[in-house]
Formats: sequence, structure tokens, C-alpha cells
Amino acid sequence: MSRVIMGIETSCDETGVGLVRLSENDAADATATGPRVELLADEVASSVELHARYGGVVPEVASRAHLEAMAPTARRALATAGLTLSDVDAIAVTAGPGLAGALLVGVAAAKAYAAALDVPLYGVNHLAGHVAVDTLEHGPLPRPCLALLVSGGHTQLLRVDDVASKITELGSTVDDAAGEAYDKVARIVGLPYPGGPPIDKAAREGDPEAIAFPRGMTGPRDAPFDFSFSGLKTAVARWIEAAERNGESIPVPDVCASFQEAVADVLTMKAVAAAREYGIGTMVISGGVAANSRLSALARERCEAAGIELRVPRPRLCTDNGAMIAALGAHVVAADLPASPLDFSGTPALPVSTVTVR
Amino acid sequence: MLLLALDTSTPAVTAGLVALDETSGAVDVLAERVTINPRAHGELLTPHLKDAASTAGVALSDLDAVVCGIGPGPFTGLRAGMVTAASLAHALDIPAYPVCSLDAIAAEAGTGTPLLVATDARRREVYWARYAADGTREAGPAVSPPADIDIGGARVVGQAGAMLTDTANEPSYPTTNGLARAAASSVMARGEPEPLTPLYLRRPDAAEPGERKRVTEVSR
Ligand SMILES: [Zn+2]
Repeated sequence: MSRVIMGIETSCDETGVGLVRLSENDAADATATGPRVELLADEVASSVELHARYGGVVPEVASRAHLEAMAPTARRALATAGLTLSDVDAIAVTAGPGLAGALLVGVAAAKAYAAALDVPLYGVNHLAGHVAVDTLEHGPLPRPCLALLVSGGHTQLLRVDDVASKITELGSTVDDAAGEAYDKVARIVGLPYPGGPPIDKAAREGDPEAIAFPRGMTGPRDAPFDFSFSGLKTAVARWIEAAERNGESIPVPDVCASFQEAVADVLTMKAVAAAREYGIGTMVISGGVAANSRLSALARERCEAAGIELRVPRPRLCTDNGAMIAALGAHVVAADLPASPLDFSGTPALPVSTVTVR
Repeated sequence: MLLLALDTSTPAVTAGLVALDETSGAVDVLAERVTINPRAHGELLTPHLKDAASTAGVALSDLDAVVCGIGPGPFTGLRAGMVTAASLAHALDIPAYPVCSLDAIAAEAGTGTPLLVATDARRREVYWARYAADGTREAGPAVSPPADIDIGGARVVGQAGAMLTDTANEPSYPTTNGLARAAASSVMARGEPEPLTPLYLRRPDAAEPGERKRVTEVSR
């Protein structure tokens, strides 16, 4: 028996609809450690270009775009998978964390689909979705595993005992998200929004050791698994202003490479330290910043040295999408967990410990 | 024809089941669920429409069309109704007909006298439209400060009517009956529905960033 799960994601500026197939494990396959989940479709409509001139996501602009994109994106996903809505056995939707008005659009749509199709609805955690998506690419997750989530909206270190039901936050950013720091630094050095890809590109021509930017929250008294990127962003701004004052030209590639090195250094150092502390042998890195070339190279190097298996989903799956929500929904369905009531609402600050809304 | 009417353009969360007589255009409300709570649109709309359907003794798969108020209304709540209508229409493979929510209030109020319909646009403004005695919309929908609106002897209805005059009347909110009546001619024509486009009437609040702020020489 197999079941089709449709996932809906609208927590920020991407309207995502994904479809996955959940298959019962072959009883003969003794090596299977979790359900088999296969990606059928992953369609995303992004409003990122509408936000570019504002230098960040404008919630009302994002919400308007979600409303316009919702049904067309769902239709595209079904067409890609060669399915109709009557093939869908369950709906999963991002219940939080995210922008309130943006979450509302996806949650309201998901409820309507679930009611019309008479199938169960699962309101699920976006952060858990970033972890679950890796099972579409690399199969079942070992228990426990460690997850480092890095994007424009989140920077989180998680202990994942069961992606469908038991996730603990070990640390998070106390100020800016890692991706937010990229956006702000891009603006300081005159690169476009979103800042991740252009900084990564510029950094390839630069010297990562040219400028010693600070590593936030790495003092002996700092919380070992929390992050801070606000001081780093300010340090970059100060450095540029000093150079301008002295009439020097700005070595943008060196600034980008040195900034990127500081971000990747802190993220990977703390993630590896957490894996060691908890004796965890597998690390998943996900979220939009996971695609950053320096972060993945340094993570690979340090995980290998520490004997940790590193799993990074392909970039398309790392950024926000509906497939990650469908994948998480499949794990929740496979675990036979109860469906969400139809009167829940999106929760902007949903804690990662709440994987499914009850 | 069996219609589901939805509106979330005002503090009312409204869902109702309607039988529309295709020859006479007569509207018969079979069941209606309404909660007045401006923060509960996303939570309650689907439970309300399911309750209304079960009270009316119909399955959602029996519906022939959805009718949805498209505002004007405060943005966040308005979208709950619209995305619900669009998703139901997709899932049930039925048309979704847009109705100006002020037209629905006017349709409920009835004809015979000129009407001015006003709902709360927040920020001390109202969404409004003016109707002739035969029910034809003559002005609006628009958003204005109350002082800029000429009532001109019209009967004032709608939840923000009190911002314009002391003699505001019912109905306050779009009703199932009003939504169905306002949509009846489009539904009976069985034409391709107009797209479900919200009447926001305002642009999003968003400022483009100015010059980069300096961080040095700031006392901390
Ligand atoms: Zn995300």
C-alpha cells in the first residue's frame, strides 16, 4: 500500500506545493530504519524579486503573492506528478514558524483542500521540514542525528531523535539569522539582494584570511551552541567605513571571503562540537545557506576529521519548498500520529519541539 | 443549484449554504455559521463551512459553485476567505464567483431607497460604495476618511456606518443571503467566473531603504 501526501509551504516568500509517495517498508528488508518516501513533484513560486528593492521580505507583499500563486502552484505540482487531487491521501501544511499573514494563506488553503477531499490535515513545523527533506535524497535518518539549519530566516542547531515527533533545539541565533547577515553585508558592499549567491561568488576571488572578522559567541562564557551574527555585520561595516575614510578602494572579494569564512567557521565549529558533545554520528545541513560553497566545504572537512557522516540535500531541496513539508507529513503519517484539528491557526513562533500541531 | 457563500472581509467569519432557484433566481439559505471575531478568520472559516454543510445535510461534493466576498477588507482576514474559495473550487472542480462584499451588504439591505454601505478600513478610514434606489452601484468601492464621504440622503448601512452618521442601520456585515443574491445573475449565466482578485484598494506599506546608515562614531 502506498499513500500520496501533498505539502503546502507559505511561511516566507516562497509558495511551495510538493507531492510525495509514502510506501510501506518491505517486510523482507531488515535494513530499513524508516519509511520509504519518494519525491513526485516540487513546485515553487517565489516572490523574491518583488522584495529585492526593499532589501528584505515585505510581509504584505509576500502574503499577496501567496494568495495569487496558491492554486496555480498546486495545479502545476499535480500536473508534474501526473496525479489528480483524488489521488491525494493526506495534506500537510507549514503551521509555523514564519510570517503570520503568509502562514495564514497556506493554512487556510490546506484546510479547504482537506475538507473538500475529506482527507486528514497535518499542521507541521517548517524547521522539521528542513530536516525531513533530506530523507527524499538520502533515505531514512539515523536516530539521533544533528541538524544545522541555516537560511535567511533561521539559524538553528537541533538534536533530532525522531523527525516526526521528537526534536530538541540545542541552540539558535540570538540576533540575526546567518542568511540575514549575508543580505546586510551584501548591501554594505554594494551587492544585490538576496546576498548569499553574490557574496559566495565574489568570495571565490578573495582571500579568506585577509581580514580577521570576529567569531561571535565563541567566548568561554558564551552559550556553546548559540550564534550571533549582528556583531560580525557591524564589524564589516566599520572596516569598510575605515577604509573609505582613509581613501582606500574596497577589496570587495577579500571582504566577502573573510566575512564568509567567519560565518562558516562559527557554524561548522559549533555544529561539530554539538555532535561530539552528544555523541551523534550524522549531521544534516539544510536551509538556503546550506548551498554556500564555503560552508559545505568546511563542514565536509571538519565532519570527516571528526568521523561524522555529513548529509546535505541538493540546493533545490534546501531552500523553502512544499516537498519538505510533504516529506515531513509522510513521516508523521507513517508514525500513525493524530491529524491536526481544522481550527488551528498558523503560529509565527512555533517552537521546533512542536512537530505537529494538535 | 447548491452554493457555498463565504466572506471574511469584515470582523464576521461567514459561511453559508444556499439553494438558488435557477429559473426564478430565488435564494433559500439552508444553513449559516457566523462568528464575529476579526482575528479568527483563518481558524474558523473551514470549520464553519463544514458545520453549515452538515446542518444543511449536504456533502461538499454536492456543491455546484462557491460565492466569495472579495472585499474591500483588511488584508489578512480577507485572504482567508479568498484562498479558501479558490482551493475549494480547485478541489471540487466547480466555479468560484467573486462578489464585492459591499454589494452583498447592499443586496441584504434591499432596494427602494438609495444606500451608502460603509465598513471599517482601520486607520480611521472606511471602505464604502453608494447604490441607487434600484440597487445599482453608482460609486465605489473606495477607501476614504469619513469626512470626505457625502451621504447625500442615502440610508447608511454596514458595520462602519456609525463613523458616518448616528442613524446607521443593519445589516452590518455581508450575509449568506446577501452574497448569494449579489452573485445570482453571474451564477445563473454559468459563464466563466471573473478571477478571484481581492479588492485591497491600498498598496502594501513598504519603504525602500535609504542610504546606508553609518555604524562608526555612534556612542554605545
Ligand atoms: Zn526555511
